[in-house]
Parts: sequence; C-alpha cells; structure tokens
Amino acid sequence: MPINKKAKLVYNVLELDKLEQKPTRDGYGLGLVQAADENPNIIALCADLIESTRTENFAKKYPDRFIEMGVAEQNMASVAAGLSAVGKIPYITSYAMFSPGRNWEQLRTTVCYNEQNVKIIGSHTGVSVGPDGATHQAIEDIAITRPIANMQVFAPCDVWEAQKTTYAISKIDAPCYVRFAREKTPVFTTEDTSFEIGKAQVFFEEKSRLDVAIIACGPLVHNALLAAGELEKEGFGIRVINNVSIKPMDERTIIDAAKDAGAVVTVEEHQVAGGMGSAVAEVLAKNFPVPIEFIGVQNRFGESGLPNELIEHFGMGVKEIKEAVRKVTNRKNNYKI
Amino acid sequence: MSHLHEEKLKYLEEMAAKIRFDTIESVINAGSGHIAGPLDMADIFTAMYFHVLKHDPKNPNWTERDRLVLSNGHICPVQYTTMAHAGYFKIEELKTLRQFGTRLQGHPHRSALPGIETTSGPLGSGLSQAVGMAIGFKMNNAKNQVYCLMSDAEQQCGQTWEATMLAGKLKLDNLTAIIDRNNIQIDGMTEDIMPLEPLKEKYEAFNWRVLEINGHDFYEIINAVETTKAIFEKPVMIIAHTIAGKGVDFMEYQYPWHSKSFKPEEAKETLKQLRTLQGKIKSEHE
Repeated sequence: MPINKKAKLVYNVLELDKLEQKPTRDGYGLGLVQAADENPNIIALCADLIESTRTENFAKKYPDRFIEMGVAEQNMASVAAGLSAVGKIPYITSYAMFSPGRNWEQLRTTVCYNEQNVKIIGSHTGVSVGPDGATHQAIEDIAITRPIANMQVFAPCDVWEAQKTTYAISKIDAPCYVRFAREKTPVFTTEDTSFEIGKAQVFFEEKSRLDVAIIACGPLVHNALLAAGELEKEGFGIRVINNVSIKPMDERTIIDAAKDAGAVVTVEEHQVAGGMGSAVAEVLAKNFPVPIEFIGVQNRFGESGLPNELIEHFGMGVKEIKEAVRKVTNRKNNYKI
Repeated sequence: MSHLHEEKLKYLEEMAAKIRFDTIESVINAGSGHIAGPLDMADIFTAMYFHVLKHDPKNPNWTERDRLVLSNGHICPVQYTTMAHAGYFKIEELKTLRQFGTRLQGHPHRSALPGIETTSGPLGSGLSQAVGMAIGFKMNNAKNQVYCLMSDAEQQCGQTWEATMLAGKLKLDNLTAIIDRNNIQIDGMTEDIMPLEPLKEKYEAFNWRVLEINGHDFYEIINAVETTKAIFEKPVMIIAHTIAGKGVDFMEYQYPWHSKSFKPEEAKETLKQLRTLQGKIKSEHE
C-alpha cells in the first residue's frame, strides 16, 4: 500500500475495524492543558458546555484561569478580546454553531480587526453531530471564518492532530479558529506525525502513476484514505493530502498536487460553498487550473440520524469519494489543458 | 485624581469649549461624521483625560495606565480632539479625520492610533471588552481601573446585558461604566424607538451600583468617579444625563443632528456659537 511512511501514520491505517476511535474534541481538551501547563497566560472561557467541549479538565486543573460565561457567546468573544488586550491568551469554547456562528461580528470587529490573540474553539462541526439535528450541525463555519482578515483556520483530522493544533496555536500571536467534531472517529495519525501551521501533509501516494489528488481535511481524511486504498486496487494512482491548515494554506503542496495529478477532489464535512475546497479552488484557479470535484454538503441543511448514515446520506462516504475520483478523471481526459 | 478647586474647574470648562469647537471643525472639514454625541460628551471626555485618568500621553502603552474603552465608537471625533489636546498627537492631525491614510479612522481602530484601547463602532460590544480587561487585571492582582463609555441606545443591544450580567456575577469593582443619557438615537428619541427606562433599576437588578449625574457639571462628573473608588464588590454605572448637541442652540435635543451633513450656513453658525459659547461672548467678529 502506498501509505507515505514519512507521515508516520498507524501501521494498519486502512483497517477501519481495528483502529481506535476517539473524538477530535478530546484532543482539544488535552492540547489545552498541555499548552496551559507551559504558559500561565493561557485561560479558557466556555458558554455552558464545559463537558461536551472537553474544557472540563482545564477548568478543574486551573479554576482561577477558567471563566464560565453562561449561554452568552457574543459576550464571550468580546470579553476574550478584552482579556487579550491585557496580555491573556483566551481560548473560547462552544459549539461551532454558536461560536463562530452566533458571534461572528464580535469575532470580526473585536477580535480580528482589533488584532487580539483569541483562540476560537468550535466543537460539534459537521453533520456527524448526529441525532441533535441540523440546528447543532455547523457546516458553514469555515466559510464564515476564512474571509476574515487576520484569522487563521484549521481542521484537524484526528485526536492526535487536534491536540497538536490546539497546542501549536498557543505559540502564535493571532486569532485562530479550530473546528472539532463530536463523534468518535478513527485515530490514524500518531504522536510522531508532524504538524506545522501552514503545512499540508501527503498521507498516501502512488509513486508509479498519479491520476487524481484528493485534498481532504478533518476526520473525513480517513474516508479519503479508504477510498484511495480501494481505488488503488482498481488501478488508479491517488495522492491523499491532509489539508489541516486551511488558512494559511500550503499553496506549494496544493499546486504541486494539481501539476502532478492534473485533477483534484476535495473532501470536507462542510458546505461546498465557501469551504476548504473553495479555498483550494482559489489557489488552483490562479496558479494551475485543473478539473476539481467537491465532496461536501451541497446547499442543504443536515438532519437527525446516526453519524455514519448522515455522512453517506449527504454524499461524503467512501463510495461518493470514489465516484468523484472517476468523474474528475473523465473530465481531465476529456478537457486537456 | 484630586478634588476640584475653582481654578481647575475654570481650566476644564475652557478646555471643554475648545474641544467642542475643534471637534466640530474636524467633522465639518471631514464632510461627514457624528455631531450630537461628540458635543454632549465633550465635558465627560475633558474630565476623564484632564482629571480622572491615570495615563501618560507620551507613553500610551504604559502598563500602569487606566483603560478607557469607548463602546459607541461613532463619537470618536470628540475622543480624538481630547487626546490631541491632552498631548497624544498634534492638533493639526485632526484635519485628517476620515481621510485616506489617516490614523483617525471614521470609527476608532486600536492598531491605527496609540492610546485607542479598542476598535469599536458596532454597538454593544465595548462593555464586554471592558469586562474582559477588568477580569484580566483582577487575575493579575493589578490596580488598573477600567472605564467604559457607552451610549444610551446601545442599551438596546442584547450583548450589553450579557456583559452587565457577567460583571455583576464577578463583582468587578475595578470597572466603571458611564452612559451618555442624551435620549436620542438615529431614528428618534430612545423612549419612542425602544424604551430604556427604568434604566437605573435595570442595572441595580443586575447587581451594579448606579449613580446619576448631570453630565455637563464637572463637580458631579468628578465626584461620581471619586465615589466609585469607595464602592467595593460591585461594578458601578454612572448614568450621565446630557443634552444632545450641547452648545449649539438649534441642535440641542434634536435627534436629526445625531449624524448629518452641514449646509455651509449651518457650519458657519455652529462654529460661531461654539466659539462664542452660544453668543455669550459678544466681541465675536464676523
């Protein structure tokens, strides 16, 4: 299997049934404590969701550095801006529907334009939130954070990367938004997998021939790997890129993928409009246009259901990724650049 | 901060008159900008920068300074003018208000001008930021005082009350807010648009201490701020009753002057009234 050994993924990355499963929000909880242990200026604010956002461990360990905000996300964003103005590094946590959803203008004006070092932690993104239904399934959060100047945006793929992202953003002086997921998802990277702000990583690469590059982010990176594994058996050459750093984006790696493969499929648990795929399309349209297929939610709201059945229902399953690869391959062959 | 003696009072009154004139001249020069609010807050800004605040205009990032957060950023022309007179920058720079490349943005931008503590304009978020600063100072056991200047109309914003609730919960006695109770907003009088009264009782119900003053009386302004120092375990709200458009007879109490373009004759008459304190100085030459 053409798994990129340099990525140091788990050895049995494609054996879904054997992989440990953990939610990425757990990684946030771990990364926050890790960062806070080193830096006393790190504080956390939460809008009545400390257990489900995994802010709880921090709140227990550092009660004097934790502020319970109640159900008041707009206030939380601007209070954090004020705390940053006097030297603190606040992590603000809620479901992504409410932060950055409900408090978008406060994030734009009082955090980003005001150049305050606030970290926005959005839990419960994607339709995989499941039974709670569409009101709590954030599928527009990348689209609303990405265009704000000064804001950086990340979508980690598993619990390890979630922890590393949470820790890494504490080291930079900039507003950052990180999206996390509620549901348990495969743990397929390891402690040794590298993470760097502004870098995408190649997780899977067929060296002998390359037909399509799949550029994915979040837990769906694992679906992209499963699709690549199956397509490989059918004779396709696939490169899978984990595009965790949506802004700043690793343009070099994205452009090289387009040049090498000549066709791209983007995969994200987010609206296709304005998401990570849109950001990839902006880079490629300017630098090296190739046919692109976009896997994501197609201008619909989510609904209640089991996480996996919703992923498939909304067209983000392994089958749909494989279909998109076939389709984009045909387009590439029919429209020579 | 010390109590007022006659000489200082006279100095503050003359400074406020200069600030009113220079503020409106800068707005006229800019061709747009807010009018009524800057005029009615001139006395409070003067009291803050020339008597109350612990600050150093030559060292605007001094860590020991008090923080003044302007929540209703649209009245920034009066803050810019007061800061210029206090020595933050040259008075000539007021001519650049709202022009391309200026540090004096149409709504204040923290990174543009040293001494501005927060970027503001969208109403209702200043108190939250002041609360954040006050919490941060408490965490650090720092003695800095935080002041938040607000409009009355932004008491209609839900976020204001989220911040009010948190400040009451955390007993932020290092926070003093001042409401410019001028009774006007863009579409009309506040009590017609969306009634705020009883405002005092609202804040008291949120566990704040509330003081009410005449916002044009330096004794009352300064005594109120002095009083807050003796109030513990509660944030303090000072409701400052002001006259919208104070200083220009045809603007006073008139909501259309919240923000409006000057006709040439209006500009001339306004500057004349501000220069002569509504005609009290008779030696004015045309």
